Amino acid sequence: MPEPIIRMRDIYKRFYIGQPNELEILHGIDLDVMPGEFLSIVGPSGSGKSTLMNLIGVLDRPTEGSYILDGVDVSAARDDRLSAIRNKSIGFVFQNFNLIARTNAQKNVELPMMYAGMPAGKRAQRAKELLAMVDMADRMNHQPNELSGGQKQRVAIARAMANDPAIILADEPTGALDSKTGRLVMDLFHKLNREQGKTIILITHNQELAQETDRYVTMRDGRLYVGDTGEEVRYGTR
Amino acid sequence: MGLGESIRLALEGLRANKMRSLLTMLGIIIGIGAVIGILTVGNGLTGSITGSMSGLGASNITVSLRKLDDGMGGMTSVFGLQSPDEEDMLTADMLEDLRARYGTYIQGVSISESAGSGQAKDGRLYANLSISGVNEEYKSVNNLTLLGGRWVRQKDLDGARSVCVVSDKLVNNLFSGNIEAALGSDIQVDRSGELLTFRVIGVYEYDQSTMGFSMASEQDISTSLFVPLTCAKHITGSGDGYASVTVQADPTIDSSALAMDIQTFLNRYYANNDNYSVFAMAMSTMVESMSTIMNTLSIAISVIAGISLLVGGIGVMNIMLVSVTERTREIGTRKALGATNNDIRIQFVVESIIVCLIGGVIGIVVGTILGYVGSSLISEPCYPTLGYIALAVGFSMAIGVFFGYYPANKAARLDPIEALRYE
Repeated sequence: MPEPIIRMRDIYKRFYIGQPNELEILHGIDLDVMPGEFLSIVGPSGSGKSTLMNLIGVLDRPTEGSYILDGVDVSAARDDRLSAIRNKSIGFVFQNFNLIARTNAQKNVELPMMYAGMPAGKRAQRAKELLAMVDMADRMNHQPNELSGGQKQRVAIARAMANDPAIILADEPTGALDSKTGRLVMDLFHKLNREQGKTIILITHNQELAQETDRYVTMRDGRLYVGDTGEEVRYGTR
Repeated sequence: MGLGESIRLALEGLRANKMRSLLTMLGIIIGIGAVIGILTVGNGLTGSITGSMSGLGASNITVSLRKLDDGMGGMTSVFGLQSPDEEDMLTADMLEDLRARYGTYIQGVSISESAGSGQAKDGRLYANLSISGVNEEYKSVNNLTLLGGRWVRQKDLDGARSVCVVSDKLVNNLFSGNIEAALGSDIQVDRSGELLTFRVIGVYEYDQSTMGFSMASEQDISTSLFVPLTCAKHITGSGDGYASVTVQADPTIDSSALAMDIQTFLNRYYANNDNYSVFAMAMSTMVESMSTIMNTLSIAISVIAGISLLVGGIGVMNIMLVSVTERTREIGTRKALGATNNDIRIQFVVESIIVCLIGGVIGIVVGTILGYVGSSLISEPCYPTLGYIALAVGFSMAIGVFFGYYPANKAARLDPIEALRYE
């Protein structure tokens, strides 16, 4: 059996530590994600799923617990190390696209490669290929404000793929799209998962979308459950 | 991420917000422009003042009498408030001794004595003038150019002849510019009511730049009328001594050292004089001290102008802070995509440096134009030196770093989660 690409054990996250309003959002989370898996995390707002997503995407560190991403323990890495991990191992897709304004589609896709230090010629080439893959080859030189929502999200997916990351982390990627373009975006994720074997983690509150992925887990009050009513996800480490 | 990338990013950011970038630069443009302009005009002014002093004879040494302890630090004699008594004056014998002692170093000793001012009249035509008694050597020591006729000769001095050398301005006023007509003519000079008649023996070229500034119109400008020294003494009724003389040193020797020697030498005659001593000063020393004063002055004024640079820098900082707040989400996105804190910091510092640098370059252009126009209004047109330009470029970059660092650091330290969530 292959090693999980994400291995989280007993993750706690607390805010305002040591202050009277100290707040525990995650109460011990275990989570394994296998390479090539398409996993959904569902849950109502306030359940702690954004906090979990920030931890998975190494935008933040857990207060307690261990997180091994792609064989590297990232639970206590320093800021610059986390930046490098985000750059190489994780591709973010956001609900509101977060394309850089006044910067054309190709330059947006080049950004992660620029921060990785790839030479300009090489990354321009790769950006063009990636945009062709998401069917945006004819709009490479368009600025974000000249693109529709679906087009923006396709550019964002191409950008997420730029450094060939281990995981694509999509936070409500269809949340700002109508159902038709949302469908197109979901199809694109399925295609990446099927054809390129990308590990994809989809964070959503939409049950229907969750059910079309390989597996889904539900976040409720800072704990993770199998399916929507199943048992708590624990791997018996306690 | 390389520096080239950062520069490209910064330029894109500036292009995206042209009006704001220009306004941000304005403070720097005004500051650098003012400093460069003032320094350039100051340079031109210094050059023209020292130039006109040198034009009077860079190797000249002015020998004058200084009153001892008059309670005003010798100022009364400097301002001509009180002329020395006859027995205190420099005498022809002293000058002969001086020539004998330093003859090889001295090219000439020029003596002049003012005999007041007056007006030459011919019917309705007139010319303002000041009457100066001079000796033979006055012409060469003071670099005068004769346009026609001859200069004062020994015979004129011996005979105290009523002859004169007039300026071309006077010829323009009285003889419609005809030098031939002027030569040999007699002119009537009204010296405060006393009518004097001189025969014109020569015409010299009046040189505005070395003969001082004048606010009078072309018509009313007052020029010197040179008459034999003996003739001038006859007019004023004064004795044979001289209150001051000008020694022209050999240009190849150190005139300030010679000035010291001459002062020491002549002071022997004044060893027992309780009222006066001799003071000799080389023109080169005066030129030096004058240019030092001018330089200090222009630096002082540009420091004041430099305060506007500080204000400009604060403006840059303010806009950078606004820009960081405005681009919080962009910063968050960049961090999510793998930008390190340092990448973000460099991006904003480079942006600030580039704003200041472009402002500085525009400021240099503005300052050069201001300096050129300003200096050509006052004297000769002048350009800023390469040193000023290098200093301005360096200084504007330093402002960029200094005032850009705080906002850039603020951007670099933003929490990516907070930044991504920022509305």
